[in-house]
Amino acid sequence: MKLLGFIVVCLTGALLLYGTGEFPDWGDPHSPASLHLSNYYIEKAVEETQVPNLVTAVLADYRGFDTMFETAVIFCAGLACFLLLRDFQEKKERFYRHTPTGIILHVKDAKKTLTVGREFEHMDKEWVPSDLIIKTVCRILIPFIQIFALYVVAHGDFSPGGGFQGGVIFGSSLILLAISYDLKTLVRRVKEKVLGIFAAVGVLIYVGIAAICMPMGGNFLDYSKLAPLIPGDPHHIRALGMLGVEIGVGIAVMAVMAIIYINIVSEGRHDEGL
Amino acid sequence: MTDLLALIVAKYNYWLYVILMMIGLYAMIAKTNLIKKLVGMNIFQTAIILFYVSIGYKTNATIPIIKNAHDAHGAVIHAADYINPLPHVLMLTAIVVSVATFGVAMALAVRIYQRYQTLEEDELRMRLSEE
Amino acid sequence: MHWPIDLIVLTFVIFCAIAAISVKDLLGTAILFGAYSFMMCLLWAVMGAVDVAFTEASVGAGVSTVFFVAAVFRTSRRTKD
Repeated sequence: MKLLGFIVVCLTGALLLYGTGEFPDWGDPHSPASLHLSNYYIEKAVEETQVPNLVTAVLADYRGFDTMFETAVIFCAGLACFLLLRDFQEKKERFYRHTPTGIILHVKDAKKTLTVGREFEHMDKEWVPSDLIIKTVCRILIPFIQIFALYVVAHGDFSPGGGFQGGVIFGSSLILLAISYDLKTLVRRVKEKVLGIFAAVGVLIYVGIAAICMPMGGNFLDYSKLAPLIPGDPHHIRALGMLGVEIGVGIAVMAVMAIIYINIVSEGRHDEGL
Repeated sequence: MTDLLALIVAKYNYWLYVILMMIGLYAMIAKTNLIKKLVGMNIFQTAIILFYVSIGYKTNATIPIIKNAHDAHGAVIHAADYINPLPHVLMLTAIVVSVATFGVAMALAVRIYQRYQTLEEDELRMRLSEE
Repeated sequence: MHWPIDLIVLTFVIFCAIAAISVKDLLGTAILFGAYSFMMCLLWAVMGAVDVAFTEASVGAGVSTVFFVAAVFRTSRRTKD
């Protein structure tokens, strides 16, 4: 099987290498990819949309339809992880640890609830002592990471960035909270229902802004017709429409990253994790 | 001889990208562990994204963010000064879809392990045929 | 674009890819996969694709490695080949 795979891979590689003989040279400004439509985008994007970052301008305005379905794909991935893994039954056995002496209580039947005093803490099966340095450093760092994520979303028109990158950074700040403390801390703070609502609201913001353009007299995703609704300079209306859309993408991506992590690391039970 | 050297200098990038794609394809076909197959799929995807992004490169051009956009209204922008932004846009969507696929595939791998206690392809086939 | 940087980073990328699929320990695969993602991000930054490099840095070398390690934590760590 491995030999057959190796032969197939070598044949495919040889055919592809033969095909590279026809390609344009490296960095050629007259290659066919750089001649037709992209010149229009480079020359006209700033005067039509007032957004210097060409990639964000093309992504959120000229090709906004693709980005809408990309957000829908991210939402479907979060939904698929939830449907595959979520298990609503609690585990049958519990462990409690007496903090001064280190004695561990193992309660085998969860139907009899045991009220414990304040010296006992509920522990996971794979328990490690929680480290004070890690907890303190992460607790200080997480708000700054979140402010940076909001900056990346808002400044995506002028520098590299945008909605998706800011959403991933915000989601990874939530994952950092789950790793440095434990999973129950994250689940208690940001409930599962809130995450689900955020994921859906993000997609709805995108589709909503796109759909409002239609009663105002334009096509779907035609931001220039939104000018009567927003006070201010009518030249910047396309940049403002792009900002609203990027905020929707960021909210959806943040919620989905947290949903996928929580479901994978706890096998759907939402009780213990890494 | 100089002809061959000129050919190599102009095209060596594409050859290395093809080699990377073939490494990913080999991992998808020949490895029996499900997670190794997944790693191969991701290597293949990123190699193709690398190939597309390299098409948009122009020599002596700068990144696709227009300088001094709000000072000189009406200044002429030359298209040869900025690299092509269109492949970057398409590949951003490709990276997003790749991470979504990776998350769902990891969830599937965890579920398969819960049910069959193994992640190797031949053992899985044996246990499936026994049921 | 300076061709020695390009060549060296591309060689690292190919080594990381071959190592990631040959190692028998899945945790080692996860870390090597994170290193591969980071080298890709450097390549794109050298080529001038800054948005793509930013996305790959946050997604590949961040969230994707965390998902991989979480899945290895819940399944087994050894592989047969």
